[in-house]
Amino acid sequence: MTSAQIEIQLIASLVAIACALPGTFLVLRKMAMISDAISHSILPGIVLGFFITQDLNSPLLIVLAALTGVVTVMLVEFIQRTKLVKEDTAIGLVFPALFSIGVIMIAKNANDVHLDIDAVLLGELAFAPFDRLVAGGTDLGPKSLWVIGSILLISVSLLLLFFKELKLSTFDKGLAATLGFSPVILHYGLKTVSSVTIVGAFDAVGAVLVVALIIAPAASAYLLTDDLRKMLILSCCFGVFAAISGYWMANLLDASIAGSMSTMLGLLFLLVYLFAPNRGVISVLVRQRRQQLEVALLVFLLHLQNHEEPEERHVKHLQEHINWQKVQSERVLNLATNNNLIKITNGVIDLTGKGRQFTAEALNYITINKETAIEDLKEQFFLFRG
Amino acid sequence: MAPASTSNAIQVDDLTVAYDFKPVLWDIDLVIPEGVLMAIVGPNGAGKSTLIKSILGIIKPIAGSVKVFGRPYSEQVSKVAYVPQKGSVDWDFPTTALDVVMMGTYGSLGWIRRPGQKEKKRSLEALEKVGMLAFKNRQISQLSGGQQQRIFLARALVQDALIYLMDEPFQGVDATTERAIINILKELRKSGKTLIVVHHDLQTVPEYFDWVTFLNVKSIASGPVKDIFNDDNLTKTYGINYKVAVNK
Repeated sequence: MTSAQIEIQLIASLVAIACALPGTFLVLRKMAMISDAISHSILPGIVLGFFITQDLNSPLLIVLAALTGVVTVMLVEFIQRTKLVKEDTAIGLVFPALFSIGVIMIAKNANDVHLDIDAVLLGELAFAPFDRLVAGGTDLGPKSLWVIGSILLISVSLLLLFFKELKLSTFDKGLAATLGFSPVILHYGLKTVSSVTIVGAFDAVGAVLVVALIIAPAASAYLLTDDLRKMLILSCCFGVFAAISGYWMANLLDASIAGSMSTMLGLLFLLVYLFAPNRGVISVLVRQRRQQLEVALLVFLLHLQNHEEPEERHVKHLQEHINWQKVQSERVLNLATNNNLIKITNGVIDLTGKGRQFTAEALNYITINKETAIEDLKEQFFLFRG
Repeated sequence: MAPASTSNAIQVDDLTVAYDFKPVLWDIDLVIPEGVLMAIVGPNGAGKSTLIKSILGIIKPIAGSVKVFGRPYSEQVSKVAYVPQKGSVDWDFPTTALDVVMMGTYGSLGWIRRPGQKEKKRSLEALEKVGMLAFKNRQISQLSGGQQQRIFLARALVQDALIYLMDEPFQGVDATTERAIINILKELRKSGKTLIVVHHDLQTVPEYFDWVTFLNVKSIASGPVKDIFNDDNLTKTYGINYKVAVNK
């Protein structure tokens, strides 16, 4: 690996972490799309800063862009508060307007600036190692590494200091307000950090793909954990994984680095979405199927208990009278037999002692429908699954 | 306007709240003495939740003032605990029952300081009090409605406040949970706390509460249950003939 390759991967990883942290809170606050708005509408701020300083990594540029980001949030909220349009519409109105101002500003001055629309949309990570920070003749590494490094440092410090406050105001704004933690300050604080991060990441991944880095790691982590801390750590890990694997995919395919990183994030989310242990699509389907079978078993056992007459308790009767498919009946019969709840003699089904006891408990659960009864019954079922 | 008094837990003077042009609370005068267990009753849209939120400063009134032990709420934050409606938060949030209860301690910690062992111990005690200790590590979406309500109550308990404001704590809970909650509320009142509860079930008012406020945009009546909980006030509040109260 050349040093430029290492530097690109390092920058990409820091960008990914810097995006994943505010992204986690934005996703939990159901404000993920505001990051899309910010990432577009900071363009006039960036362009203006660039015209003044002629340097894409100037702090002024970051300040101006962050200000535009906060203005975006305020404009969206202002329009929304009039109640004439809904939030998503307000977002859709504000950011194209600001973005297009930025686009026109670039187009009008395209001759004397090295800032083009492609780079704005998709970023140009491959060139990052060429723009270096040199102090007193010593090469201190790529400028964008320093920029995103500083942003990440600030963002991590703020997160460590205000983790409790952010968590509280994200979960329960009302309680945060009554305990004296102003949700408005935290809201704008988070938006400011998000804006600054997006500006820092802009250079590397551009306006469109930065959204993927903010939302996808958090959305994937959300499906895997029930703990906010773990969700933050997992988001960062996913981000770094996508950054590095994306870089090598781009290398292999000779494609855009930002595009490959986002693709990796998309794939990662797809995998988690399908295979997450509790919330993944597959495990939800498996659980639903199992619950259907368990409910079917209850229906069957109660039917047996209610009917003394042999013709009602005949194996064939299941298909004819309870109106079950053959497969369903067999599955239920097998489950009941395997757990020693019934015995079948000449096609007539009898409840065993255990079966009678279980049915009584189930009946109790159905009639009382109390939380504790449900918990007990769930444990019983758990027992049978072994 | 009644003179400010420190022996009243809450004093509301001329409070008016409107959303746009629609009045929600109109010229409310209300004095809540210290140490009562009070129900706020009234039809849907009567402004019950709004009254609680105005007391807490979550909603800004267009006129009037609220005093908590004779001073503005902003100076008395630590003396008031709030139990919001269960539906006001996202129960899919990645956190556990214990963690939600610990949030009640944040107010006494202030900015930046993190909860430690002491806060954890108090939170565990509160969980035990509401009978939810066994569920302390359960993710909150895995709890039933009644259990979630108990978690909210435990969170208010760790705030160790003097006044508890509760927005429909019995909504969607089963009879056992309702009984458990009301027993805790009665216990709190015995220890001198003031409890203000938005309540829907008029049948249980005389059994659960000793003080009641009838509200329907305007304050209809407020006082001891045994004196004012009668068909007359119920009819005034709900606008139809009510035969619920036990008239003496």
